[in-house]
Parts: sequence; structure tokens; C-alpha cells
Amino acid sequence: MAAAVFQGFGASTALSLSKSFDSKRVKLPFGRSLSERRASFVVVGSDGRVVLDSSRARKLVTNAVATKGDSAAATSASKPGHELLLFEALQEGLEEEMERDPLVCVMGEDVGHYGGSYKVTKGLATKYGDLRVLDTPIAENSFTGMGIGAAMTGLRPIVEGMNMGFLLLAYNQISNNCGMLHYTSGGQFKIPIVIRGPGGVGRQLGAEHSQRLESYFQSIPGIQMVACSTPYNAKGLMKAAIRSDNPVILFEHVLLYNLKERIPDEEYVLSLEEAEMVRPGEHVTILTYSRMRYHVMQAAKTLVNKGYDPEVIDIRSLKPFDLYTIGNSVKKTHRVLIVEECMRTGGIGASLTAAINENFHDYLDAPIVCLSSQDVPTPYAGTLEEWTVVQPGQIVTAVEQLCK
Amino acid sequence: MALCRRKPCAASQFELLRRSRGPAPASLIGAPMSAAAAAAAPSSSWLARLIGGPRAGWVGRTPRCSPRRFESTVAEKLPRFASGNLTMDFPGGKVAFTPKMSFISESPEERAHCYRVLDEDGQPLVHGSFVQVSEQVAVRMYSEMVTLQTMDNIFYEAQRQGRISFYVTSIGEEAINIASAAALTFDDLVFPQYREPGVLLWRGFTLQEFANQCFGNRDDYGKGRQMPVHYGSNKLNYFTVSSTIATQIPHAVGAAYSLKMDEKDACAVTYFGDGGTSEGDFHAAINFAAVREAPVIFICRNNGWAISTPTADQFRSDGIVVRGPAYGVRSIRVDGNDALAMYSSVRAAREMAIGEQRPILIEALTYRAGHHSTSDDSTKYRPANEIEWWRTARDPVSRLRKWIESNGWWSDEAESELRSNVRKQLLHAIQVAERVEKPPVSDLFTDVYDLPPSNLREQEMLLRETIKRYPQDYPGEVPV
Repeated sequence: MAAAVFQGFGASTALSLSKSFDSKRVKLPFGRSLSERRASFVVVGSDGRVVLDSSRARKLVTNAVATKGDSAAATSASKPGHELLLFEALQEGLEEEMERDPLVCVMGEDVGHYGGSYKVTKGLATKYGDLRVLDTPIAENSFTGMGIGAAMTGLRPIVEGMNMGFLLLAYNQISNNCGMLHYTSGGQFKIPIVIRGPGGVGRQLGAEHSQRLESYFQSIPGIQMVACSTPYNAKGLMKAAIRSDNPVILFEHVLLYNLKERIPDEEYVLSLEEAEMVRPGEHVTILTYSRMRYHVMQAAKTLVNKGYDPEVIDIRSLKPFDLYTIGNSVKKTHRVLIVEECMRTGGIGASLTAAINENFHDYLDAPIVCLSSQDVPTPYAGTLEEWTVVQPGQIVTAVEQLCK
Repeated sequence: MALCRRKPCAASQFELLRRSRGPAPASLIGAPMSAAAAAAAPSSSWLARLIGGPRAGWVGRTPRCSPRRFESTVAEKLPRFASGNLTMDFPGGKVAFTPKMSFISESPEERAHCYRVLDEDGQPLVHGSFVQVSEQVAVRMYSEMVTLQTMDNIFYEAQRQGRISFYVTSIGEEAINIASAAALTFDDLVFPQYREPGVLLWRGFTLQEFANQCFGNRDDYGKGRQMPVHYGSNKLNYFTVSSTIATQIPHAVGAAYSLKMDEKDACAVTYFGDGGTSEGDFHAAINFAAVREAPVIFICRNNGWAISTPTADQFRSDGIVVRGPAYGVRSIRVDGNDALAMYSSVRAAREMAIGEQRPILIEALTYRAGHHSTSDDSTKYRPANEIEWWRTARDPVSRLRKWIESNGWWSDEAESELRSNVRKQLLHAIQVAERVEKPPVSDLFTDVYDLPPSNLREQEMLLRETIKRYPQDYPGEVPV
């Protein structure tokens, strides 16, 4: 069995992952008070030996980061916190919620002992058993339906789509049942389900695995949608989504799973309906979410050098939009640029443009500019794929045009 | 829901736990048992306990966690080869090989037998085995079947008169509705398609509550949001009907999974028609239930028609019952118009589902004696005399009536009294429901989420302003 990396252990805690695993004997980090957690971590082999100490282990994980530009996230500066990757942050949030509430369970393809195709559910099956971390057959509509049935009966399931694109098969259940049953039953049955998975354009994954489902789902009444972009907001949004009584779809991005950040030790939950102010500014409001945040921040560096002062907001909440934060920003800067990965037609940007135009028309000095992917299936060839995604250069040009 | 015993079970997971479930005796799976043998069976036998008393103790429970994860090709469930044939080891277990090439036939020589207890004249068949039903339960079952039949007729007429917009009858399927409901407990979670209002009726949903939902008035539990017959009641454990076909089947499996985690003495039950089994959701859900050993009862009302599509155009297998073994699910074919057979089989299924933690498939053969809905005229695609024959000669209600009358539990006077009482109550319920006001405009925006978000509050404000400005364009009798 592969070695596992765990956060926050003192080196003296023996962790055995062999068949004689006994959960009562092992003190896992999340059961303790969180202030005891330390920034170091240990790599432990399957027989309980410490394989690597934390200094060498740190080198183990830094090479896979796919950041573009700063991850200027708002972390709490009071405590040192601990460093982890985005998928680990999701796992931490998930595990804390599973520990806190025995009704929380996970279902999806390969989430159990395989640990999930992006390792977000790693270690959970061993800790919580096969019933709380359920491996499903390849039937997205049906296991999403199962999750809805379990949610109506009192559980709080988290359904993982191996890739968001596969959840297109679950569209019937999500639209006709998940979004609807609370309403059509007159409030008698609630559906506190979380549907999550990686989406967005990856590195040459082909058209079917590069879907942006937020544009297809945004119309369904009854669901909420959030997109995470940093380890800090990933953990906070995961926890908030699980605690919410509404069905929530949490969009992750395939290329952001290895982002590293220092997050607080203490427990925190973010609001599902709030946008995040990434960089305050005066000249132009740039609205973005998920991976495009990093392209925007990279462009922001260039823009600052050229003398512009962009205000960057990661909208995070895709349904409903945080029009309060967005509105305040528009009232300040009077210019809006939306940068998204969705396709031009019917994307999140299209809805956001309409919402801002409707609500803040008087405050705009220029038409809203929306940079999105073209209305084409994502090609496989690397160069072609790059051209379908909005690049920092385009963002810089757009801001310059807007601010003329 | 009781939140008992949800501790992580990681410790037990890797022990090779014995499943101490006793298999149901061979007599129940396989050859029929004679009535004499049933009566003479020793008190310790599982079947005798079931037949003798209403609730026997369970056979051993299965553990929550599967010990199988790290065993590779375990052949536990496959039959043993006593003959000593040479075998091959493939993933999934050992199979005997044969040098003779032969294809398994696409259709069996004989169709699966259909379990029935009463004949057409309501007399018990010789050599039958069934769960005894007391006079009280039998008379109650019959009364509810009559109530369901009357309710269907009256609401159908109300739709024709324009009083309600739509209705779906369950004519011909009263026995499936009521007898299966009678065999369950109120803790069992019901996931219906749309032709099972009898289950709600059995559990105590009043005629007034049915009428309120059909009229979509302020007293409707669904707050006027769904079409008629889309009933739902969380306190009666009946999950709101959703128009989509077969989507409730995976819901039932999910609910059973939840019950399994809670170790509750209850199962999930889901109903669907012959047409619904063509949906992908049916296939995946039943497969899943088998793999995950979920306590679900799948009841298929094979009534011969999916709107205008006869079963010959729906599938080519021998009905639905043969699909059970294809997924590893224990199955039975039952005469759906025989209330006692339905009752017995659902009772037995429930004991097995909960005691052995396994899914059970019941195919109830019946006939949709009414139209698909009020939007359908089935004489367009089937002969009117066929419909008439099933409605009269094969009526499940009169069949049960003959049985209870032959036991001296019913009479003509009781019959006419019941029918006129029910009819009076129904007409009254309709009149009352018609007069109750409709849900207010605010109910348009509540329950989309737990609390209305800002965009919905804004939209509600806009709507109210519009109604105030142009009141003549909006229905006057709907409260604002």
C-alpha cells in the first residue's frame, strides 16, 4: 500500500495502514484541538515507519504546482497556520465535516479505497468505512439520484463527479429532482446534497473532459453554485456547502488541485453567497472565478507596471451572484471586465453582464467587456487549446481598451 | 430519523465477519410448499414463524462494512461444482468450462410462474401458501380498495367536468396499491411513480387531503406547486411524486442506504410500471442495490401498457421478473390482481429485505383497466371490449369481495353502505376543496431554497408591483 502523507502529526504518533488498522488506537489530527496542529508533516509507510521527515517531504510536493501568478489569497495573518495543497484543503474540509456530523457521507466513482481520481477523498474510506464513503458503479444519473434519495431521508451526501462533464448524465436528476423536490413537495422534503467535481479546461484532456458545466446548470432553480480557486476558499466553501440545507454544486478546476497555500489552523467556514476581493483598485473592476483568477492576477502585474490600478474580484458564488460586492465595485470604478473560461454563448459571463447592466447601468462609463472562450469544443492540440482559453495578454489589452 | 450507531467501523472492516444471515428455506425459493407441510413445519423454521405470527425475530444482521474489499476473486455467491468439472478462475470466481458450444436461449421454454392465492372466484387455491390475514385486516383492505376505486371514478368525473385539470386513475391496480401497503409498516419509506395513491390511503391520508392536492389549494401540502395526483407526505413517509419516469428508483436505493447506515428496522419500497423498467435509472439502481446489499423492495406494476406502448414493444424478455436474477436480485412474479398474493409476497419480501439486507424484486402482473390519464383515450390503441372485460371479470376488488364474503365477513348491506358513505365523503371533500382559496403569491417564491435569496426577493417585489399596477390581468381570487 502506498505511503500516505498526513498533516500535523508529531513524529511520535505511529500510524499503521496495514490490515490491522485500528481506529481506536490512532489519534488522527482532526479529532484533536486544532491549535495542536503543527506546520510540519510526516510521510508514513504502510507498516508505520516514518519514511520521510517534514523537511524532505516539503520538497516532495512543491514541483507539481500549476500556479500562474500570485495566489494572493486572504489568509488570516494572526496565526502561522499550515501549508497544504488545494486538494488537501478540500479533503481537510470534508474530513472535518464528516467527523463533526455522522450524517455526512460521500459517494462517487473510485472515491473509496482508491481515494478519488484527484485524491480528494483519500484516506476517508479507511477511516469511515465503506458505507460512508461509497464506491458507485458507472451510472451518474443513478448515483446522483441515490444521493438525492439519501438526502431526502436525512443524510447529507456529497456526490463526486469524476469529471464535471460526466454530470451531464446526471442532469435529469439534478434539474428535475434535486432542484425541484423541495419546492414541489411544499417544503416537506429537503435535499442537503453537495455535488462536486473537477471541471474546466485542463492540459490536453480533449473536448469531453474540458466541459464548463456552470453554464449549463446556472438556469436550474433551486440549486446554488460556487467555484473555489484557492486552498483557503476551497476548504471554507466545502464546509459551507456541506452545512447548507440547499443543494449546492461546488466547481473545482482540474489544474488547481496542486496549488499550495498556508491556511489557518482554526476552523473556518466561508459564506456561499459572497465574492472575494482579491485586489482592491480604482480604475477597473475585473470579475473572474476559478482558474481565470490566476490569469487575471498575472495580467494585473503587467497592468500595475503600466500604471493601471485594477480591482480584482473572485466572484466565487456563481448562483446567486454577490451583486452587493460587485455593485460597490462598479460604483467605484465604473468599468467592468469579466474574464471567464465558459463559452461565450450562455456562459456565466453572459448572465453576469445582463445582471450588472440591469442593476448598475447608470454607474457604467463603458460597455461591459466579457472575455470568454470561443463557442468551440476544446481541441486536444496544446496550441489550439491554449487559444481557446483567455490568456493574460488578452486581459491586459482589454483593460487598456476599456480604460481609454 | 434516529441517529443511532453511526460510529466509524474501521476496526471491523478488515475482519472476516461471518454473515450470520440464514438463507430463506429452499421451500420459499423454488418448489411450492404444500399447505399441510406449511402447517406441520416445526416452529423454529423461518417460514413457519412468518406464517404463524405477524412479526418474527430477524435472522442475523449483516455488518455495516464489507470485508470483501481486499479479497480478490471471491466466489462466495456462485454455486459449487460438486460434479468435479474442470473449472477456470476468472475475475468474479470459478466457472466450469465445457467443450460443447451452446447459447443460452433468449426466451425460456416456460415463462416464470406467477404466484397466486385466490382463484377468479375468490376461493383459495389448494396447496397454496400464504400469510394469514385477520378479518380486521381483510375487511380494511377491501374497504380501502373500494375507497380507492370510488375516489378514482369521482375524481375522473370531476376532471371531465372541468373542476380539476388532470387526473390519473389506478383502476385495475387497487390490489397492488392496498395489499402492498398493508404488508408494510409506516416506517417503510415509499417512493411512488404516480399510480399508487392507495399506499397513502392505507397510511391515513384523508379524502380531503387528496382533494386539496388535486385542487392545488391553500391546504395542499405541496402548496399548489404540482399537478394533481402528485401527492407527497413526509409524515406518512411517502415521497412526493415526481413526473419523471423511474427517477424514484435510485432515490429508493439511496434511502435504503441511509436506513442501512442507521440500522433501522425498515426498508425502502419503490413502485414503477413496465415502461419504467426501460429507463437507465432502473437498471443502474437495481444493480446498485444488489452490489450494496440495500434493503429495497422493487415493485413493478406490469400492467401491459406504457400509455399506448404494449409490453411487446417495450421489452422482449419474459417480463420483468427475469431481470432480477440478471442483477443478482431475488425475484418473484405475483398475480397483481390477487390481494392476498400481493400481501403475502410483500410481507415475505420485507422480512428478507430487512433481515438479510438484500433487495427484492416483485413483478405484479395486472392490467391498466383505465386510461393512462385524463389526457388519454385508450380505446384508440386497444379494443374497448378488452378493457371492459378486465374491468369487470378480472376486477381485483370484486375478487377480494368474494373471498371475504365467503368467510362471512362482508355482506351486501355493508357494501352499499360503504360505497354510499365513501361517495358522499368524496363529493363533500371536493366541494370543500373547491372553495378553499388558492396559495398566495408569496408561495411562488418560498421553498426554492431554505430562505429566499436576494434575487428571488427582488423578483417577488417586481411581481407584486406588476399585479398592483395591472390587477385586471391577474386572477382575482388568488390572494396576494
